[in-house]
Amino acid sequence: MIEQSEVMGQPEPTLADHPSAPVDPAGLDTVAQATATPGDLQPYTELGLRDDEYDRIRQILGRRPTQSELAMYSIMWSEHCSYKSSKVHLRQFSEKAPPSDRMLAGIGENAGVIQVSDKLAVTFKVESHNHPSFVEPHQGAATGVGGIVRDILAMGARPIAVMDPLRFGAADHPDTARVLPGVVAGVGTYGNSLGLPNIGGEVVFDPCYQGNPLVNALSLGVLPVDRLQNKAAAGPGNVVVLLGAKTGRDGIGGVSVLASATFDDASEQRRPSVQVGDPFMEKLLIEACLELYDAQLVVGIQDLGGAGLTCALTETAAAAGTGMRVWLERVPLREASMEPHEILASESQERMLLIVAPDRLEAVLKTAEKWGVPASAIGEVTGAEAGVEPGRLLITWHGHTVVDVPPGSLVDDGPVYARPMREPADLILLQADRAETLARPSTPEALRETLLRMIASPNLCDKTWVTEQYDRYVLGNTVLAQPEDSGVIRIDEETGLGVAISVDGNGRYARLDPYHGAKLALAEAYRNVAVTGAKPVAVTDCLNFGSPEDPAVMWQFAEAVRGLADGCAELGIPVTGGNVSFYNQTGAAAIHPTPVVGVLGVLDDVNQRVPMGFARTTGADHDLIFLLGETRLELSGSEWAWVTHEHLGGVPPKVDLAAERTLADLIAEAARVGHLRSAHDLSDGGLAQALVESSLRYNVGARIALPEGFTAGSMPFVFLFSESAGRAMVAVPRGHEKAFTALCVERGVPWTLIGVTDAAGGELEVRDQFTIGLDELRTAFTGTLPRLFGGAATTVPSPQATGAEATETGTDATGPAATGLAGPDAAETQLAGAEPTADVADPEPAATTADPEPEATAAVADPEPAETTTDPVVAPVVPEQPAAPAGERTTPAGGPPNS
Amino acid sequence: MTARIGVVTFPGSLDDRDAARAVRLAGAEAVSLWHDDPDLHGVDAVVLPGGFSYGDYLRCGAIARFAPVMETIAAGARAGLPVLGICNGFQILCEAHLLPGALTRNQHLHFRNRDQWLRIESAGTGWTNTFQPGQEILIPVKNGEGCYVADERTLDELEATGRVVARYVHGNPNGSLRDIAGITNEAGNVVGLMPHPEHAVEALTGPSLDGLGFFTSILKHLAGAPA
Repeated sequence: MIEQSEVMGQPEPTLADHPSAPVDPAGLDTVAQATATPGDLQPYTELGLRDDEYDRIRQILGRRPTQSELAMYSIMWSEHCSYKSSKVHLRQFSEKAPPSDRMLAGIGENAGVIQVSDKLAVTFKVESHNHPSFVEPHQGAATGVGGIVRDILAMGARPIAVMDPLRFGAADHPDTARVLPGVVAGVGTYGNSLGLPNIGGEVVFDPCYQGNPLVNALSLGVLPVDRLQNKAAAGPGNVVVLLGAKTGRDGIGGVSVLASATFDDASEQRRPSVQVGDPFMEKLLIEACLELYDAQLVVGIQDLGGAGLTCALTETAAAAGTGMRVWLERVPLREASMEPHEILASESQERMLLIVAPDRLEAVLKTAEKWGVPASAIGEVTGAEAGVEPGRLLITWHGHTVVDVPPGSLVDDGPVYARPMREPADLILLQADRAETLARPSTPEALRETLLRMIASPNLCDKTWVTEQYDRYVLGNTVLAQPEDSGVIRIDEETGLGVAISVDGNGRYARLDPYHGAKLALAEAYRNVAVTGAKPVAVTDCLNFGSPEDPAVMWQFAEAVRGLADGCAELGIPVTGGNVSFYNQTGAAAIHPTPVVGVLGVLDDVNQRVPMGFARTTGADHDLIFLLGETRLELSGSEWAWVTHEHLGGVPPKVDLAAERTLADLIAEAARVGHLRSAHDLSDGGLAQALVESSLRYNVGARIALPEGFTAGSMPFVFLFSESAGRAMVAVPRGHEKAFTALCVERGVPWTLIGVTDAAGGELEVRDQFTIGLDELRTAFTGTLPRLFGGAATTVPSPQATGAEATETGTDATGPAATGLAGPDAAETQLAGAEPTADVADPEPAATTADPEPEATAAVADPEPAETTTDPVVAPVVPEQPAAPAGERTTPAGGPPNS
Repeated sequence: MTARIGVVTFPGSLDDRDAARAVRLAGAEAVSLWHDDPDLHGVDAVVLPGGFSYGDYLRCGAIARFAPVMETIAAGARAGLPVLGICNGFQILCEAHLLPGALTRNQHLHFRNRDQWLRIESAGTGWTNTFQPGQEILIPVKNGEGCYVADERTLDELEATGRVVARYVHGNPNGSLRDIAGITNEAGNVVGLMPHPEHAVEALTGPSLDGLGFFTSILKHLAGAPA
């Protein structure tokens, strides 16, 4: 078996002092050497340490650090590892966190762990790998996936899915053609080779990311509650085992050099700082670790990622307050000539550090051998020396002591800065320059042209070119994947228990207002999870910002963290972990502040999940399309303002998290009782984008009528393209509308009946405005990325409509069919201007919707008085047809639950 | 007595759990086989699942072909043991010379995962006997090196002897010659298929239930086979 020889070839795991090998101490910077030559000059500045930081190290050690110790401090005290600039702000996540009885592990662990049933827990986390991915797109992105997966593995979980929020420069910029294909191939190659379905993410283009793409990676894992692992190196006498790939020179200085400094022209020379991934080794590592967990062979475990062995050794020891004795020459090397400081700093991938009881060591090595993974006993846990608390980390190299430090001094005693903050000087002017004042399309022709242009724009267009390169089927539990609003994974085949997860962010909103921008990102991810019928329970975040040494950036960061912490408190879901990525800028130009937020939700039965596409109904049968929430004149920071006017200014849409919560509860309940055939979140591109996506998903058209107040001038445009938050579009089977709208009224969710689906028509009609064939929409929607990056577009609709659905039948018994007819009746009386029938047009919702919100109106200076939906219900003319017998009706897979 | 169908796990196999699930859903017992163990534990048929065996850093399947379990499987296959190779399994069968031709890098050079229509060309094999010849089915395809190639004479012979089991229709996802998605050996007991039937066995997770047919076929075949 491959690598077997390495396993067998390890020094026998007895921990007697290793005989001092013939190493020439001259040139080797030992502790003795350091004590003897206190005055030696050291290159701490080159390693990213400040004068005062270096002085503190000398203080802690009572001497100058050795070369190895200096390397270790420079890594552990780097921005990336120490969070020295963000700590003071991140505290809010814990301080403001709502009580959660589900959280088994939170911030500070490798990843947060959330209990989802008596037996099962899930763990998830999003992380950045931005700078490596710019320097070397393929390997940078690949190892980003590898790193986050090991975090999940370290908690005791089997990784079961990945997601990738990606941000690039302008889509048509030459360098984007270099970075994007490499990043996508890297994410794909690594995730596909691990056998992890890629179930969602983001692909966003904006010039602000030109020199600094954002490659974030999220992983999700599941574990039996009693398999939860921890990283503490407890139990003096226990063996320290290094499991996984051999250690090479790749990735040295990754966190200190790459991740903790602003980019400049020298970036090219930093390619050696990027790690190289071996997904096959990681796959073996996963299977080996899971076997070790199940056999209860490990006391503690920690993955090696950024900061490599240095981070793993110090964190495990510090977590237990113990000391550690390490024989560094026992680390298997790719290059024999590597020196101690290189071994300690290497960021070689696919490695884990295990703490093992001596009597389990043999069993551990056997399991490693079975999977062909190198394993070496490199040290032992030591207790605190008499009187000295806590223990010390003692590292020798062929008998010479090269490191002798208190582990906690690297992990917990790093510098903490309250960096100066100042609101960006240009913010007031930026916010005053509102997109609501831009010229808006006001004729049907202009509206039609705008829609086709918008859905073809890089941020709104079909992303199949990217997602086709990811395996979304492996493991056989993917219930929903991109382009759906959330990924949904079944985690228990017996009970149907599953989780939904979505990750979202909007740098433009955050640029205009970091506090509300962060809340909007949270709200969108929360809504995306909710529209699948899941109950949101926890949050992870990846905070991508410019240089913390720039007071304006630091202010943006502080505001975003405050917004996210407040938002989580309002929604009642805790932040369980995440990552901060600073120095995302090239020269003086920082990226838009980009908080990326992941929300995890729970579905008790994945058969009840609600897909986003309009369902293919039979014959003359139509579903009723409702718009939930309020549409205001909110165009600042919108995709439309950017695409058509290259405009960024004003204030982002109003965010009302109480309303988001109500909307989420309503959708969950409606899904549970089977009122919903499909549901789609409204965000970038507004209602128009949602209509196009839901129509093209299964090639089912729709007929839409504009509500009163949105029919004149440019208001049809506002209705279709405003990006007001807190909205969703749902399709309700005939016969359910009365109960559904009653539920809306009961929950106080504004609703508007805006149209019907039309499977036969093959077109999207907005009455009195335009009609566009689905084929024309598809051509515009799918052509962009293939044109930019090569290859053919997928122009066939998802066959899902003709596949699984055909095997399921709608819930509607013939009973409700009679009520079903009340739908069109009511609709037509409405259009005839008569009193709405009590069936659909319950007056209460009118009251709900008509209630204009002060902030809303305040936020809108537009003369046209139609910011809030004041129309209880409007429906298009629908040729009256007898409802189809239930038997003939097909629904999307898992539409109504009792199908 | 229920049929026992082995699913081999090589280091780097990824769809082995999925293949075992499909076997169970079809009504058979799934038996896990280990690459390093030549013993087939008396299974009635074998599935070589998808994945990246040994990382596929050399040619896909080139190392797996030499795994201890493959010696027994190859011998069994030549003696009539039904074997289905899916994706990486298909690549391994070609490397083991149990099937002609080879799977090369997709023409467009990208890994591609999509729901793919196939036409069943031969319902005469032990793995396709529940389909109708000419029947169109929908199952996922996902590969980076799924482009089937062989010399003209081999291709002609495959066609002439009805050994093309399935063909891509409504679009060829990887550039395979003559749109070939799957083939069989002379005896019809060894089938290689690039798309993934094990991912189309549940309405909840697949684009259709069409994949189940390959697994119910082998049960029907085994039931009819002389003990």
